[in-house]
Amino acid sequence: MPSATGLPQRRELTTKPRFSDKVFRGIVTTGGLSSLLLLGLIFAFLAYQGFSILKMEKFSFITGSQWQVVLNDSGAIDKANTAFGIAPMLVGTILCAIIALVVAVPVSVLAALFLTFYAPPALKRFLVAIIDLMAAFPSILFGLWGFFILMPSAEYWAKLLHKYFGWFPAFKMEVPIFTRSPFVAGVVLAIMVIPIVTSISREVFAQTPLDRVQAAYALGASRWSMIRAVVLPYGRSGVVGGAMLGLGRAMGETVAVYTVLNIVYQVNWHVLVGAGGSVASMILLKFGEAGAQEVKALMAAGLVLFLLTLIVNSIANAIVAKSGGKGR
Amino acid sequence: MVNPEEGEKDMSTVTPSSLSSVASASGKVRTPGTTALGVGLEARGIHAWFGQKHVLNDISLDFWSGTVTALIGPSGCGKSTFIRTLNRMHEFIPGAAMAGQVLLDGKDIYESGTDVTKIRLKVGMVFQKPNPFPSMTIAENVLAGLKLAQLKVENKDDLLEECLERAGLWSEVKDRLSAYGGSLSGGQQQRLCIARSLAVRPQVLLMDEPCSALDPGSTLRIEETISQLSSSMTIIIVTHNMQQAARVSDYTAFFLSDGGPGSMVEVGPTGEIFSRPKDKRTENYVTGRFG
Amino acid sequence: MTITTVKPTKPWMARPAQRLQSLGVFLAAIAISYFVVQISDFKGKLAYLTVFFLAFMVLDFIYQYLTLSKSAAKDAIARAVIAFGMAVVVFPIFSILVTVFLRGYKGLHFSLFSLDMRAASMNDPIGAGGLQHALVGTFLMVAIALVISVPLGILTALYLTEIRGRFTKPIAFLVQAMSGVPSIVAGLFILSALIYTVTRAYSGIMGSLALSILMIPTIARTSEEVLLLIPSDLREAGVALGGTQWRTVALVVVPAAKSGLVTAMILGIARVAGETAPLLLVAGGSDQTNLNPFNGPMASLPYYVWKAYSFGTAESVTRAWAGILVLLIIVLILFTTARFLSGRKG
Repeated sequence: MPSATGLPQRRELTTKPRFSDKVFRGIVTTGGLSSLLLLGLIFAFLAYQGFSILKMEKFSFITGSQWQVVLNDSGAIDKANTAFGIAPMLVGTILCAIIALVVAVPVSVLAALFLTFYAPPALKRFLVAIIDLMAAFPSILFGLWGFFILMPSAEYWAKLLHKYFGWFPAFKMEVPIFTRSPFVAGVVLAIMVIPIVTSISREVFAQTPLDRVQAAYALGASRWSMIRAVVLPYGRSGVVGGAMLGLGRAMGETVAVYTVLNIVYQVNWHVLVGAGGSVASMILLKFGEAGAQEVKALMAAGLVLFLLTLIVNSIANAIVAKSGGKGR
Repeated sequence: MVNPEEGEKDMSTVTPSSLSSVASASGKVRTPGTTALGVGLEARGIHAWFGQKHVLNDISLDFWSGTVTALIGPSGCGKSTFIRTLNRMHEFIPGAAMAGQVLLDGKDIYESGTDVTKIRLKVGMVFQKPNPFPSMTIAENVLAGLKLAQLKVENKDDLLEECLERAGLWSEVKDRLSAYGGSLSGGQQQRLCIARSLAVRPQVLLMDEPCSALDPGSTLRIEETISQLSSSMTIIIVTHNMQQAARVSDYTAFFLSDGGPGSMVEVGPTGEIFSRPKDKRTENYVTGRFG
Repeated sequence: MTITTVKPTKPWMARPAQRLQSLGVFLAAIAISYFVVQISDFKGKLAYLTVFFLAFMVLDFIYQYLTLSKSAAKDAIARAVIAFGMAVVVFPIFSILVTVFLRGYKGLHFSLFSLDMRAASMNDPIGAGGLQHALVGTFLMVAIALVISVPLGILTALYLTEIRGRFTKPIAFLVQAMSGVPSIVAGLFILSALIYTVTRAYSGIMGSLALSILMIPTIARTSEEVLLLIPSDLREAGVALGGTQWRTVALVVVPAAKSGLVTAMILGIARVAGETAPLLLVAGGSDQTNLNPFNGPMASLPYYVWKAYSFGTAESVTRAWAGILVLLIIVLILFTTARFLSGRKG
């Protein structure tokens, strides 16, 4: 510090670490950097494997809606007729995930409110435990249950939606095929993301400053008007973050969607029609009989999915952290 | 929760004689029950528990309309618990239980079938820490009670001005009613909270150490506000600051806990409590020998 | 002071008479839902649930309006809607548990854990074959994944809590980002980085590596939470006694967090034990018990379930449910243990 300010010069406080601590810090730092390394490697290898396809297709890998491998007479790829575009799958992924959120978020917010402000303590402990348990259910379990139990019901709800809300553009159907539609997949995904959205919302609601809650009650508020005036404004951004975490989870889900979605390679916005898409499930579907070139295209699709979920999750975690939750 | 040092700081400069002079300077002691504002609020044999812990023992105390009653006593003597039983805020604490009656205009507020939100409309509360709703503007904050309790009112602007005026805040905020409540200073926020309580037209206003988080200047403004309000309603104020009790209140009740549940040692006109306390423990407390 | 004989009361709780009236409202709503579903063309359990809640909402509104006030009645509606949301969340959980137990137990038999599928087909009667190969495979792959993930996960957590270096924020961010990596992407990564370039064959170790990618963030984040709970005066005490940071962490911090770190491992196991998609891509799958993770494809419980489900006959589907039941029981045990361990510390 210059003495012009009249302050004495500051002393540097340095503790010279001992050798053993240096080694320790080195090892821990190296271990700590593993996530950076792994994420970097995932990006690098998927990009490396998918590079030739991305270079060939350029932007139409995202916007194109054709996925066909044509070989010429010598068995090599016929570049003129081969096309890899994942638009239908990307649209399907986003569509299913949005349906999941439309179903899951209101229900989860209500459940979180119940747990925070209505449930007696013992019931609350029990319900929180089983919701956490549900978050730990493997996705193949949701896949099987979704296929055998939920799908028939969801189809019935889809018919009701079509019957009563058929005027809504997204509910139109030209062919009455209700099985394995994006709606059904969206409902299964909704049930998978409900535990995530519920527990994030609950965490955020529980942090509502008590003095504001009491102020509202002291003004003669009923429980619901207190929630509307204090809890919901406070927790709004946290719920948005939780919903986005659910979105990320729903977009990356593979097996559960695979069992209940009829994957059809065409862009379909009519959610009740039994034809949809999902990048993750498509990878699993096509992987079995894919040739070398097609596998590279699948790697590129994986890269797109990776980046998409990475962006969604990062935004979500930033929002959740800002509003007092722990994130997932 | 409560900072026990708060009262002690002021004690060092206070002597019994100066206290009594302050008390008499603040005006005459009003005669109970002479106003036409209703009977007021009566606590009958109030006990309170948190879980198994008995925290408040047999408090009976009448609060007359048009008067200010101060509750004083060391931390943990149950003052705050007591006033929270008066508008049924006590029951929000898990494990809370109580016994006794609280009569508002002669009717027990704990009677089965009572709509508790109506009770809290009649018995308002101002808290230790200013707590305006941050998502609402100043105007919205004042009128929040109407929205929360789903009340309708003819002319909102008049009510807004009236409440802010009574809380002594109108001249300071009239040009920025659409600013957010959080943009005010601490003392202004607390007066905003008082204005917010007034908007639902309570008969009784409970104040739980309303000045303990404020600077001396703001404290003075709030005390002026209390004096102005006291003619038209019943005010009960918990305070650690004995000078404040002496300045603003007509009656003072001294609470004490000897390790067991808190109980009321003495109650009387403020001047008497500070100058001629009947109980030795009251005298020790108001003269600063402990607390 | 007189001894009080006053009993604590909670006058804000409902009186027996009020409870009886509320029960009446509840039962009336059940009756209405029964009749409405009978005469309308809606059907299914959820129809009963929905009509019941609508009926309850209306009846409770009227009841509260008559006995208390309009605002209490509005509050009653909100309460009913919120409780309905909770019921909708709980409903699938119980449906899943009940379904798995009812359908799965039919596929259980004594040799399930001693036989594999080398001599049986999915379509054979249930008594033939078992899922030994799948259990062994899952056990081996998860165990190896654990061996890889625990050091990396805990080191990451230690970096975030003990070193607090310049990378703390970015690493906390990356760990969160990593926990959002879709499982199929983890599989594709191992495929692209190792199988296509190095080994050119499916093996158990590849499965373990893919699972590790999913396991590390879970372990790191749970451990971080646990380590943050260790009071910092413990650390300061260690250093003040002249201990190096390394000795303080090894002898004070980590032992204090031991049960929490075990919880982190268990949650990590629970996270990956049921992973299907990456294993389908990198571990292949087989019908016989393979004890060598470095050579040859390896089965796993999720793979077994997947294969049995895809086969599509009545017998194979029963096998799939039985496999799911075993998997669910494993997850339940892990989860309960983790709860117990983390609950015991308070």
